[in-house]
Amino acid sequence: MSDTILVSIIMTLVAASTPILLAALGELVVEKSGVLNLGVEGMMLTGAVAGFAVSLTTGSLALGLVAAVLAGIATAMVFAVLTLSLTANQVATGLALTIFGIGASSLIGAGFVGRTITRLGPIFPAALSEHPGLRAIFGHDIVVYLSLALVAGVSWFLRSTRPGLILRAVGENDASAHAIGYPVIAIRYGAIAFGGALAGLGGAYFSLALTPMWADRLTAGRGWIALALVVFAAWKPGRLLLGAYLFGAVMTFELQAKAAGISWLAPEVLAMAPYLATIAVLTMMSLGRKTGRLDAPACLGKPFSAS
Amino acid sequence: MTASPRDRTDAPPRLALSHISKSFPGVKANEDISLSVRPGEIHALLGENGAGKSTLVKIIYGVQQADAGTIAWNGDIVSIPSPKAARRLGIGMVFQHFSLFDAMTVIENIALGLDEAVDRDELKARVAKVLESYSLPLDPEREVHTLSVGERQRIEIVRCLLQKPKLLIMDEPTSVLTPQEVERLFETLRQIASEGCSILYISHKLHEIKALCDTATILRGGKVVAACDPKVETTRRMAELMIGADLKQIEGAHGGKVGSSRLTASSLSMPGEPPFGTNLKEVSFEARAGEILGIAGVAGNGQAELLTALSGERLAASPAMIQLDGKPVGCAGAGQRRAAGLACVPEERNGHAAVPDFSLAENAVLTARYRLPLAPQGFIRLGAVRRFAQAVIGRFDVRTTGPAAPARALSGGNLQKFIMGREIGQEPGVLVVSQPTWGVDAGAAAAIRQALVDLAARGSAVVVISQDLDELLELADRLCVINEGRLSAPRAVADLKIEEIGLMMGGIHGAGQAAEVAAHA
Repeated sequence: MSDTILVSIIMTLVAASTPILLAALGELVVEKSGVLNLGVEGMMLTGAVAGFAVSLTTGSLALGLVAAVLAGIATAMVFAVLTLSLTANQVATGLALTIFGIGASSLIGAGFVGRTITRLGPIFPAALSEHPGLRAIFGHDIVVYLSLALVAGVSWFLRSTRPGLILRAVGENDASAHAIGYPVIAIRYGAIAFGGALAGLGGAYFSLALTPMWADRLTAGRGWIALALVVFAAWKPGRLLLGAYLFGAVMTFELQAKAAGISWLAPEVLAMAPYLATIAVLTMMSLGRKTGRLDAPACLGKPFSAS
Repeated sequence: MTASPRDRTDAPPRLALSHISKSFPGVKANEDISLSVRPGEIHALLGENGAGKSTLVKIIYGVQQADAGTIAWNGDIVSIPSPKAARRLGIGMVFQHFSLFDAMTVIENIALGLDEAVDRDELKARVAKVLESYSLPLDPEREVHTLSVGERQRIEIVRCLLQKPKLLIMDEPTSVLTPQEVERLFETLRQIASEGCSILYISHKLHEIKALCDTATILRGGKVVAACDPKVETTRRMAELMIGADLKQIEGAHGGKVGSSRLTASSLSMPGEPPFGTNLKEVSFEARAGEILGIAGVAGNGQAELLTALSGERLAASPAMIQLDGKPVGCAGAGQRRAAGLACVPEERNGHAAVPDFSLAENAVLTARYRLPLAPQGFIRLGAVRRFAQAVIGRFDVRTTGPAAPARALSGGNLQKFIMGREIGQEPGVLVVSQPTWGVDAGAAAAIRQALVDLAARGSAVVVISQDLDELLELADRLCVINEGRLSAPRAVADLKIEEIGLMMGGIHGAGQAAEVAAHA
């Protein structure tokens, strides 16, 4: 295998992993605060369509990314108002949010189907980003580097900062946090907004970088993968990175295998491979550990109302 | 040390409540309550469950707002809209129900209890200083779910002490401490009071109030019924003021007819739950028909492990290690053991002994269906269940709206009364109970103890695991001490001095010697 093929595999892998990583990272923060938002797929789709629409009409990818983030937050706020202020069931509301996102994005995107934009390009100068040896490191767009920085940032935030500690405390025992005097509902609003922002950004990565166009259900269920990754990664950002890249790697392998015309494996089996491999590896990682049940935030999915 | 604070009568009271009233739907929790606490005074707030103590201190701590009345702080009328505002004034509180986060470390829990952000290293240093100066053993890096109730309480105390409070509210603080620990806590509290901090001390242990407090306010039914000097007033008189009736003495304790062994543990060893559980080491004892066997010990020395081993939640290595009426049950599950007549009541009420979101009737089915025909052939007999739950509620004076009330809606003491009643009502051959009266008021505790004594008198064997030595001395015929997973040989309570047991509990005799004693048994 020549170096160029290896580099192109790495490029595909990183690109395929990034939207899942972003959406999962947002959901991780949401779940750490004790809220289960199953609407990730819906928020990704509204982000994707908003990002594409704004980029196409303004000609600015940067404005497109901002719009995607705002659209993700706006969609997430629908969920937040229903579940936090009106204490609706989180699971049902989250599922409804996904269905809402699919419909809304389809409606907004109807006029944009079939049009294309210039995709998000590498941020480093061509000397670096086109360099055959360094391209694998410097050839990516800004969202990729941002996603990696966010993994480190979220990990640091949750582990070493006081606001991160308070966020975890709210997810661990909302009643105690309330008794001590922390604003449980406000903190959860913030977490849900952050989750929406990252899901919107992840969604826009499809329409602005991967396939610079809009099509219905563009994200193809990656929001669900992101949700599953959070659980299998035991709510740890580092493992989430590993899981997302593993998923991207097996998906790249699947594409390569198809391209190489491997016929002894049914294409359906190949298509399953990323999902199976990711679940298998992350499950094995959590096997040897002592107290699996304590990984999940204790108040995950429980409605809270101050009494 | 004790005289100076009480002489400062010229200063305005640290805290003065005037005519505080608070109603909840259907109940007047506080009605026209007035009291004042002087600087440096240790003030007792006495009352039964439901007397309104908790509501009153929640109002002082800003958790709830009074419907009427005023609060004066150092002479100025203040409003306390939130616990944060209370802490800013200098009010600290140790709740009976801890505000802790199980999956987090001790130091993280302490940090969460502080209002301002403190650098981690600085906080560690400050915590270490407090732990040292008040002699509180606590490992800051351990996760809370691995700690005993007693250790968890220390986190709350440290949280308060770090804030250098001017008024410290202690809600039933000694329920789980050994006599030595209580004495040390009292020294700590006296030290805090001598530094000028007032203490509002909620308890129903009257001798402790006599030993510690300068003044006592007694509540009943939401009203102040008396204020007295506990050092002068008799314990009995205060108890009667508190429950509003004559206090019953426990009758028939000690010296019932003792029969053959009903529950036997022979060299029961079991590894503790990783990572911090205590290993049970060669535990042997015999609980005989008609007697109450007490097991004393400091929290975290294997009591929880012993209870789960006996209840069948964790199985022994061989069936013969645990014998029930001569039959080996060491490898039988919890359900089989219940059906055979071994009932167990764990320490933790909500979540272990009862399902918080289930109604009392449903909770009754969970353990009582094995002995009573509540669910023959798998179908629940709703009428019988309701009658059984209602009978328990009536017999043990459980304050609740009825069998349909969810377990979580009951106060700790009331739920404990229900759980004890549920088990005793099944007439088990053997009853193993951990902390039977923790957080339960004097009147109810007496009722529970009487029921245990009566159960033994009817020929059952009762094993009481408790950290409350007074309770064990009052109830038990024989007493063992559990220390680092080893159980001492039983001693007849009549021959024992309280100091002697206290020292054994504290492990001063050492694990080696305790094992030696056990080996000779």
